[in-house]
Amino acid sequence: MTDQEPTPAPRLAPAFRNVSRRARRVWQRNFDVFRATWLTSFIPPLLEPVFYVLAFGFGLGSLVRTVPYKGGTIDYLPFMAPGVIAVAAMFWSYFETTFGSFVRMYYQRTFDAIISTPLLVEDVIAGEWLWGATKSVIAGTIMLLMLSLFGLVAWPSGILVVPLVFACGCVFSALGLVATALVPKIDAFNLPMFVLIFPMFLFSGTFFPLDILPPWALAVAMTLPLTHVCSLIRGACLGVLPPFWLGSVGYLAVVTPVTVLLALRLMLRRLVK
Amino acid sequence: MSALPIQVTDLTKRYGSMLAVDAIRFEMSQGECLGLLGPNGAGKTTTVRMIACFTPITSGCARVFGLDVASKPREVKAFLGICPQEDNLDPDFSVRRNLLVFARYYDIPRAEARRRADELLAFVQLTDRADALIPELSGGMKRRLILARALINEPRLLLLDEPTTGLDPQARHLLWNRVRQLKGQGVSVLLTTHYMEEAAQLCDRVILMDGGRILLDGPPARLVAQEVGREVVEIWNVADEVRRFVAENAWRTEQVEDRIYVYADSGGAVTARLTEHFPGQEHLMRHATLEDVFLLRTGRTLRE
Repeated sequence: MTDQEPTPAPRLAPAFRNVSRRARRVWQRNFDVFRATWLTSFIPPLLEPVFYVLAFGFGLGSLVRTVPYKGGTIDYLPFMAPGVIAVAAMFWSYFETTFGSFVRMYYQRTFDAIISTPLLVEDVIAGEWLWGATKSVIAGTIMLLMLSLFGLVAWPSGILVVPLVFACGCVFSALGLVATALVPKIDAFNLPMFVLIFPMFLFSGTFFPLDILPPWALAVAMTLPLTHVCSLIRGACLGVLPPFWLGSVGYLAVVTPVTVLLALRLMLRRLVK
Repeated sequence: MSALPIQVTDLTKRYGSMLAVDAIRFEMSQGECLGLLGPNGAGKTTTVRMIACFTPITSGCARVFGLDVASKPREVKAFLGICPQEDNLDPDFSVRRNLLVFARYYDIPRAEARRRADELLAFVQLTDRADALIPELSGGMKRRLILARALINEPRLLLLDEPTTGLDPQARHLLWNRVRQLKGQGVSVLLTTHYMEEAAQLCDRVILMDGGRILLDGPPARLVAQEVGREVVEIWNVADEVRRFVAENAWRTEQVEDRIYVYADSGGAVTARLTEHFPGQEHLMRHATLEDVFLLRTGRTLRE
């Protein structure tokens, strides 16, 4: 490097290569904080399904007795309950890697502190991502058990909900990091929230069957990750193979790594200067 | 290990069209305390960030104990203790827990981490605040805890970025004493500061940067002697005839607004001449300092 010819900036290209097992230290750090505030951490997922069941199940369910499902009909409450798990799995990871990660990155400068140790910024991003996905598992599992108390979960197929909420967490944790990498300020999270997450909450087959939508809306719904997560979780809770289940599994198998890679790239672009 | 703590060759950082660090070279020897000085935007922080593996290097090379910073960042950072300028303590944890969680990033076993944490809390006089939460700490306590945290991996090279900004004299002197103690134990220290007194107190050698380049490099006392001389006479409320008189003498002077600075090896001779001709003239004679070197070489224009 004696010539005046400048070396092009390295880095960025092999995004995954710099992720190491040390990323678990970031996960542990976040888990320690979560554990220290366990009361406020665990109460919401315990109560949330109860409120949903009361409001939608008994309230709305007394008006809407049955809904069409797989060519037949089923009661509204067992139809809706799995949607509640899917929604929670989405929100818990998405909130963790948007507001949670942004506060750690921007206000607390926790990332700066961590990368002064042998961890690389890629480890930090990976640890944050995995922690977000973990929160989906924690919330999803607690809610699964709560709904089981209401007799709304078929066993043993219900156990499949655990890997499914993890898959859901992987996607939405990554999407949260994408948002975190792009927003200029914390208020800007409102935009992806209302443009992407909130419509998904309502239009992913969570609270009503998608079949009743007009074809164009159905087509849009089929592109949303929560639609597929929700359909699979519903199948697991009801103990049946859900419609287009292979397509849903394939969808998640493709979309998960794509969103994770995107999150890693965009976060690196934001953090490495 | 015989390799130098820091060895930098043609180190360059470019942000778009802006050249932040322009092919600088310097070395640091084992056990040395090296001060990095310069006005805002001089390139000091960027230089330190490249050495600390925070910022990719545009071109050139930085080595820490012989390891290339660009290709061995994990290994390099295992040797470093970094005290950042701004507080990035973990507000979600207590004082002691901050140290324990940090130790885990280095894979230090739990029992050993506990032992080091207690030792370091005593070292920075925070033992009685071990269970306090971070927002409860004063600015000085936070700085001390940041120093303790930077020492948890028993670093061989300490990077201190403005360690005493905003501290009261007691806290500042405590911190200086700790840095001297560490130096005594063989830790090398790279210090970035805007306080020339701090640099003169702590550093064996200073590097003055401006515009991404190194202007001066040497021990503080030698730089002062070579760049300024021994003494400075400041003269103010200057009438025109005094101004002319000063100009007629072959003194090295600088005028800043209505104040004249005369740089000389013997301030006494200057004062004698001055009071002989203008007995009532207001003036002050003092020792030349690193601050004089700084202002003479980098100018008095505000940078921001």
